[in-house]
This record gives sequence, structure tokens and C-alpha cells, in this order.
Amino acid sequence: MQPSSTTTTSPPRPRAAPEPPTARAAARRVGTGWAWLALPAAALLALVFVYPLVRLLAKSFTDPSVGLDNYRQLWNSDVFGTVLARTFTTSAVVCLVCLVVGYPYAYLMTLVSRRWRDVMLVVVLVPFWTSLMVRTFSWLVLLQDTGVVNDILAGIGVGRLPLIRNTTGVTIGMAQVMLPFAVLPMYASMKTIDRRLLQAAQACGATPTRAFLRVYAPLSVPGVLAASSIVFVVSLGFFVTPQLLGSPSNALLSQLIYTEINRLSNWGVGAAMGFVLLAATLLLLLLVQGATRTARAGRARWQGGRK
Amino acid sequence: MSRVRPGRIALVVVCVLTGLWLVIPTLVVVPTSFTADRSFSLPPAALSTDWYVNFFTDSRWLEALGNSLIVASLAAVIATTTGTLGALALDRSRFRGKGVVAGLFLTPAIVPVILVGLGIYYVFLRWGLAGTLTGLVLGHSVVGFPLVVRSVAASLSGFDRRLEAAAANLGASPFAVLRQVTLPSIMPGVLAGAVFAFIASFDEVVISVFVSSPDTQTLPVLMFNAVTVELDPTIAAASTMILVFTTVLILTGLRIGGREAASRAF
Repeated sequence: MQPSSTTTTSPPRPRAAPEPPTARAAARRVGTGWAWLALPAAALLALVFVYPLVRLLAKSFTDPSVGLDNYRQLWNSDVFGTVLARTFTTSAVVCLVCLVVGYPYAYLMTLVSRRWRDVMLVVVLVPFWTSLMVRTFSWLVLLQDTGVVNDILAGIGVGRLPLIRNTTGVTIGMAQVMLPFAVLPMYASMKTIDRRLLQAAQACGATPTRAFLRVYAPLSVPGVLAASSIVFVVSLGFFVTPQLLGSPSNALLSQLIYTEINRLSNWGVGAAMGFVLLAATLLLLLLVQGATRTARAGRARWQGGRK
Repeated sequence: MSRVRPGRIALVVVCVLTGLWLVIPTLVVVPTSFTADRSFSLPPAALSTDWYVNFFTDSRWLEALGNSLIVASLAAVIATTTGTLGALALDRSRFRGKGVVAGLFLTPAIVPVILVGLGIYYVFLRWGLAGTLTGLVLGHSVVGFPLVVRSVAASLSGFDRRLEAAAANLGASPFAVLRQVTLPSIMPGVLAGAVFAFIASFDEVVISVFVSSPDTQTLPVLMFNAVTVELDPTIAAASTMILVFTTVLILTGLRIGGREAASRAF
């Protein structure tokens, strides 16, 4: 820049120094480049996940005729209503059992030493990752009329009970399969609760029980909500365990969908059922999200903003 | 607090029972597989390894095992590649719609599997992929993908990006930084994700039931059909072997450093 040639004397503006090639500038240059790495993943998902669902959704509105016929048929169907109700109640029972059994386990995991916590974690993770077929089959063996459970029941004088091909067996099997789904989120949440609050409560005069109920339990609610939503959502759509431990007369929604497609080739109705299931799932997740936000806000008040 | 409260003892007892409840039922398949007769009653009246012999001499079971191993390996490779790249993209980039993409990456875990299986089956029928191993691989890749993303994302969140800045300052190109600094550091997350994607594919039932044909069955599908059609203890033998195999894999995956990812993989 030339110095000013006017009569007023102003100091020449210094030339701006060139920007040093810092790492930040270099990183910013490639910042937008990173986005392209998502392309293979987006392509895979679009092709094998999104497109099939969209086609299926369209099918539910077009097969056998264009319109809401399939959905109307489901709305008026007694069978569908019964199955839907049964699916919801079974999932709710499974969820309750998992919460009741899983809460103490997750709580103890926060109390023990690191070595024992790892042991407890492995005890939860190995079944979590073990083949669903293997776990379901093992329940089939256990619950059958001549199986171990019935042998024990007969031995203690209760007599043999029908434990498979009915909802009881399905519930027992599902509860055990779902338990890791409950423990893990509850533990993750409880891990973040400051136990000194319990000590503080007791220092203020509360009994250990009262301190737990009034201080700890409310703080653990987000974890409980997360656990129950996961267990409930997965239970709603569960197929393998109900199919193998249950029977057609007490089918859950996923089994109904399977029958509709595999046996009856009723794609339109089957797809419609599937999307009713998805809608129920999403609705549940939204409800839990709202409840969690409320609980988290309450918790922030307790712990001074720490999540 | 050195005084052990009775409440604490009760808690430990309850949790031990819970731990047994988690693990013991699955172990039932082990004694069942060694029974000498066709029944599933326990304890077995006589022991034999007949059913293991049956498994390894029956072409259906061997073919299913082979299919499962092939499909799981390929699906794990695809899931790990796309998942690692995807996780890197999410971690580093800022672009409009990134939230949507991030959500999309995790939706396969939320949508009910039966619906996903239905959709894939419907579309694959039209593409000629139904009943093919390719179809199975593609379907299983989608199942494993969210697992890899979570695992790698966990590794990335613990990674100090100043190391990358330092390398860049020393003159490394972005690609060299990725290859020599970033990838080695997140490798535990990548490998753990790969292991979990393999397990997820190896055990996958619902999508496989739809996509496979009598000629291209995977091991879980064969077991599923066998349970409903011909119930013989070969299933128990297969179950025991799967149990041992996947337990070793799981423990390996956890050891590699996937503990965080394994417990958040849903």
C-alpha cells in the first residue's frame, strides 16, 4: 500500500504480516474434507436400510390397493388388537422384572472395588453378547415339561407346570435375555451420582434408608428411564424368543408380522403392522426422552448442574 | 464405613443370585449336548459325543457353519470400514445436516429388527439378492455398523487431537497424520468394533431368516428351523460350540479395549 499522498500527515499503514501456517489453519482446510469419509457409510445405509424401509412403507399404502385399507383393516381387527395388547403387557412385565432385578445389581456395581466391578461387568456382558439362539434354546431345554425347572417344581411338591408354549415361558425367557439391557444403562447413570450426597444427608440426620430413598433414588431416575425404554422398545419388537418359547395362539406382534409375510404373503398388511410397531417404538422413545429431560432438570437442581 | 451392614450383605447375596441367573441358564446346553439319547432331559442318563460327531459329518450343519463364518467375516470388514470412516467423519467435520447423518448412523439399532428384515427381504427379492450370501453380507453389515461407530467414537473421544496438530506442524500431510498418528491410537476401538460386528453377524437371526434360502442358511437360521422342525441334541452341540467360540471372542474384544463400547453397544 502506498503511503497517502494527501497533505494530511497520517502514518503509513503497516503491511499486515502473512498468517503463519499454523496447524489450526491446516486443520481447518481439511475440516470439510472429513465429511466425505461418511459417504461409504451413508451409501450402505441408504441402500440397505433406508430405501427398503421406504419401499415397505409405500407397500403398506399401495398393496393390494392404494389407500389406508391395510391400516383400517388393522384398526378393525380383533386379532391385531389382542396381539398388540399382549405385546405391550408382556413388554411391560419384562421391563418391570428387569428393573427390579437389575437395579440392585447396578447399584452394587457402583459400590464394589474396581476388580469386582469388572467381574460383575463381564457377568453381564458375556450373556449380552452370547447368541440369542443359544440363550433361547437353553430356556427351551430348561422350561420344557420334562426339563430341569419342572423337575425341581415336582421335587418340591408344586407339581409340573406348563412353562413353554405360553406367555409365562416367553416372559421368563425374555426377562433373562433383557436383563443386561437394563443393567448397563442403569450402571452408566449411577456411576455419575456423587455418593457423598448420601453421607451429607446422613450427616443432616437422615437414616441410611431415608437418605437412599430421598437422595439417591431420585438421582438414579434418568438411568432407570433409559433402561426401561431400551428394554421396552427391544421387547416390543422381539421375535426369536417369543417365537420359540411361545405358540401361535399367544403370538406377539413380531410373530404376527412373520406369519403374515412368510405364510400368507400379505405384504401390505404385514408392512402396515411393522410400521404400527415402529410408530409405537418412536412414541415410547419420545415419551421417555421427555420424562428424562424433566428428571435431568430435577437432578441438576440437586447436584448443582452436574449431569 | 468399616461396619458391614446387614443390608449390604443382603444386597451382595441378591446380586450373586442375579449373576447366577444371568449365566447359568445358558450353560444348560453343555450337559445337554453330551447326552447319549435323543432326549433333552437333564442330567443325561448316559454320556456320549454322538451329537458332535453328527454336527461335523452332516453337510447341512457344516455348510451353515461355513456360511456363517464367511458372511460374518465379510460383514465385519464392511461394517468396520464404513463405521470407522463414518465415526471419523462425525468426529471431525462440521456440515449442515450433520445431526441428521449422525442420527441416521444410529437408527439401525432403534428400528425393530423384524421390520428391517422385512424391508431388506422385500427389496432383495427384487434385486435378486434374496437367498444369496451377498445379500446376507449386506444385511449383516447394517447390523454391525452402529456397533463399530460407537466403538470407534468412544476411542476418538479419548484421543488427544493435539497429537495430530503436532504431527501436522512437523510437516506431515493430513493423510500421513491419519495413517501414522490417528489410526494407531484408535485401533483398539476399531478392532473391538470389528469383533463385535463379527459376533453380531455370526449370531444374527431375524434378517437371516428372511434373506437366506434352504441353500444358503447360516448357523443360527439352521438352528432356528431345526428347533421348530426336528428337535435333536445336535442343536445342543452346535449351541455349546457357539457358546465357547463367542465367549472367547467377547473376552478378546473386551480385552482389546472394547469395554466402554461393549457396554454401550445398543
